[in-house]
Amino acid sequence: MLKALCRRMMSRSCWVYHANSGGCNGCDIEVLNVLTPYYDAERFGVKLVASPRHADAMLCQGPALRSTAQALRRAYEAMPAPKLVIAIGSCAGGGGAWFDSYAVMGGVEKVLPVDFFVPGCPPRPEAILHGVAVALGILGKSVSPRPPLVQPAFPFPRYHTDGEPPAGEPASGAAPAAPTTPR
Amino acid sequence: MSLTSKLKEAWIGLSAGTVTLPYPLAPHPPGPGFRGRPVFDAARCIGCGGCASNCPAREILIYDPCQELRVIRYLGRRCTSCGRCAEVCPEKAITMSEAFELATDRLSDLEQRLTLFMGSCQRCGRCFAAPTPLDALKLTGYRVDDLEAGRWVCASRSAPPGEPAADVEIEL
Repeated sequence: MLKALCRRMMSRSCWVYHANSGGCNGCDIEVLNVLTPYYDAERFGVKLVASPRHADAMLCQGPALRSTAQALRRAYEAMPAPKLVIAIGSCAGGGGAWFDSYAVMGGVEKVLPVDFFVPGCPPRPEAILHGVAVALGILGKSVSPRPPLVQPAFPFPRYHTDGEPPAGEPASGAAPAAPTTPR
Repeated sequence: MSLTSKLKEAWIGLSAGTVTLPYPLAPHPPGPGFRGRPVFDAARCIGCGGCASNCPAREILIYDPCQELRVIRYLGRRCTSCGRCAEVCPEKAITMSEAFELATDRLSDLEQRLTLFMGSCQRCGRCFAAPTPLDALKLTGYRVDDLEAGRWVCASRSAPPGEPAADVEIEL
């Protein structure tokens, strides 16, 4: 019975390893903030471990630098097989504000297959908690692509009408004919 | 000695009460002044491109397919929510929302894409008054960023004829 209880309780316990590959330490502070009693991620089984060999998920902070990419790759390969990579912060997501530096290769997805992104600079502790919960399937994503915003119809007839339908008829393929009110 | 210190420790621990936030089960909105994801309003945007010129992370790309259209693409992957786009926007078309729960498995979820009608001068093309000669060297007029690859291309108007206008290309 105790074994069954343990199996049920531990099935979703995600041990995380946080790997900073050249960040500014802001995201590290927020990740450690998640583990304080104030946010208390350990009630969901999320525990910070010191070795990637003990970890189920890797929280990557900082961009992939030329000097740390090999070490980051080795830490990823040291994790046991069902592994999850969560890129935390805008540096890990796309390279950060210093993306065009000679030392920065880009986001960590240049080096690792990233499963989840938590953008922010740094993300709030709540956002990191939400990201881990989304990665574990506890919560659903709350962000979705906004539909493209289009002003399709020209509000007044064009001066050069070469190859265009005459004014008054909707252009072929253009979506709703009702023009948006010009400001 | 030891017992009293333990009792003191227990008293401190008990008197603090519960400090853990019920966050994932209950919402915890950020405080005032929090800058989250920028939200673009196509109805107010005039397409001046000031946000794209001022974005430190080069996250706002502009592509002009023809004279009357301008496509603005915002990629949220390395946006630091610094708010400079919202600050320079003359029409307040960009607002920094309070959305911070942006965890996603696809970076395309963070995108925003605007296709704007541009009322350009039909005699000279697109006229933007540059207040200073330094501003005239900056990005006014047409822009040809690489929307599909997500690359910001600085198109210089001073490129000699026959040479490519893109003088700065930023590898990602």
